[in-house]
Amino acid sequence: MHEDINDRNSNSPLGSGGYSNTTATLALAKASFRSIMRSPSAVVFTLAFPLIFILVFGFLGGGGTHIDVGITPGSDINNPVIGMLEKTGMIRLVKDKSKVEYDNLLEKGNVDAMIDVHRKVNSVAYSVNVVYTSASMDKGNILKSVLNNLFYDKKLKPSVAEIKESTVHGREYKTIDFILPGQLGFSLLSTGVFGTAFVFLSLRQTLVIKRFFATPVKRSSIVIGEGIARIGFALIGALFIIVLGHFFFGFTLVHGVLTVVNMLLLATLGVIVFMGFGFIISGIAKNESMVPPISNIVTLPQFLLSGTFFSIEAFPKWLQPISRALPLTYLNDAMRKVAFEGLNLWDVKFQIMILIIWGIGIYAVAVKVFKWE
Amino acid sequence: METKKAIISVTNLVKNYDDFAAVQNLSFDVYENEIFGLLGPNGAGKTTTLEIIETLRDKTSGEIIVDGFSVDKQANEIKQIIGVQLQAAGYYPNLNLIELIELFAGLYGANIKPMDMLDKVNLQDKAKAKYKALSGGQKQRFSIATTLINQPKIVFLDEPTTGLDPQARRNLWDLITEIRNNGTTVVITTHYMDEAEQLCDRVAFVERGKIIALDTPDNLIDKLIASGFERKKEVKKANLEDVFIDLTGKEWRE
Repeated sequence: MHEDINDRNSNSPLGSGGYSNTTATLALAKASFRSIMRSPSAVVFTLAFPLIFILVFGFLGGGGTHIDVGITPGSDINNPVIGMLEKTGMIRLVKDKSKVEYDNLLEKGNVDAMIDVHRKVNSVAYSVNVVYTSASMDKGNILKSVLNNLFYDKKLKPSVAEIKESTVHGREYKTIDFILPGQLGFSLLSTGVFGTAFVFLSLRQTLVIKRFFATPVKRSSIVIGEGIARIGFALIGALFIIVLGHFFFGFTLVHGVLTVVNMLLLATLGVIVFMGFGFIISGIAKNESMVPPISNIVTLPQFLLSGTFFSIEAFPKWLQPISRALPLTYLNDAMRKVAFEGLNLWDVKFQIMILIIWGIGIYAVAVKVFKWE
Repeated sequence: METKKAIISVTNLVKNYDDFAAVQNLSFDVYENEIFGLLGPNGAGKTTTLEIIETLRDKTSGEIIVDGFSVDKQANEIKQIIGVQLQAAGYYPNLNLIELIELFAGLYGANIKPMDMLDKVNLQDKAKAKYKALSGGQKQRFSIATTLINQPKIVFLDEPTTGLDPQARRNLWDLITEIRNNGTTVVITTHYMDEAEQLCDRVAFVERGKIIALDTPDNLIDKLIASGFERKKEVKKANLEDVFIDLTGKEWRE
């Protein structure tokens, strides 16, 4: 019963008086875009919500946690360990003070730890002696994990390649570089899922779509017009988040504008995939009050498990496979790699491929469950 | 109607929903440039019939020709020459009237000035208003404006006056008459017999999916009287609605 109108429309004969599907599609896109821009929930989910998180984390982290580490007098300074600590960007070395001064600072927590590095006798490995202070245990712990990451590997195999890799890893510790792509991904997920589900359900229920069907417009024009508007809105939101993050919180864009363009291309793919969830939800929800709970089933697990706030590696082992099954994980991953590892889209083809596979699966279901009336 | 050229011709129309026969073997013609009324109780099949003619619904069997186009094969041509007002249809959310008209102009591929359309239904003051903020009468007039965008040959109005106050109703009658006078055929459904009597050139009574009478309102009334029917109460020269209009004025308020 749903196919009738479409079939007739698509059989549109040539003599239909120069009717333009493009005009109709663009008219719909324009109307939808205006509507989205005036919808408080769309603006809140796409912009306000992610921005609040970015602000909170941006200010909390101040663009990255800083740990003040004193170098014990007499320590070897020209060793790779200290050099690497400096390169992480989160560790501020406090040098050239006397033992008494250091002790004083350490006691007050004004320096978070003291480090003493010596090359071991008859060995390529270094011996590192770290003194933490109970006045600043939290930062001491961060330092501990930083050291573990950087140093543990090094001690085993001190090779140049290893050092390089660890250095790149070091960038992840800048809070905004981790948080912003995650929030961006979540923004795209919300706008794709909630927005699409609400709009199509309400257009169906208020018979707006039925009224459209009384005009010569094609079904594909309705979907594409709506899609253009939503993608446009999502990209404007994404651009806003990226630009704000870059200029106010020092979000890293390794290749500048090119990186932004790559991120927006990823965002487009992401929002198209996530819109598929929205189409499905609009089809299975019986009324508007069913949209939020069903949408949350889709968005919340991804919000929590897709590395939006924490790296997936921080999750328990049994949880990680679930994380690695979710599409947002791959969007976040690709975004981060593009943004501050400076990779291009071809380098993240694996993530893109997973997203496309998700997209194919989702739309296969959407075609089955989507309802026009 | 001297010419009596049929612009819509419905022949043996049948629509079954599972085991429910909504429309049973319906046949009728709508003449060019008339106001044709489909009358009948709720669930009689009026809306179903309209929606099949409007190409919004599939029929089970039968034949429908609209201005020479068949609903089976030329639905798209039909859509371009008809204007449809649906019962209880809403409009795209968050848009004002001008923007909604622009949207429909795009959907029809019509090159019109939105303000002109609002002028036609006397809504120019509400150009920047949202559809939801309109009164019942204004909503109906706006719906009618959207049906006129593609300069249709036929306009379908499904219960346009339901729920309106007497002033708004009369105002809408004037609008509908004007549309007809401009050369457009109007097909209308209504529950109000006074409305049908005043407005329609011909009416069809539909009951349980069948047409049980079809003629001009005058002829139908005359036939009933000829059969010996008499009202229990002598009809006065005015009714309560006349009193209402007299007391509250013809002026239509928003």
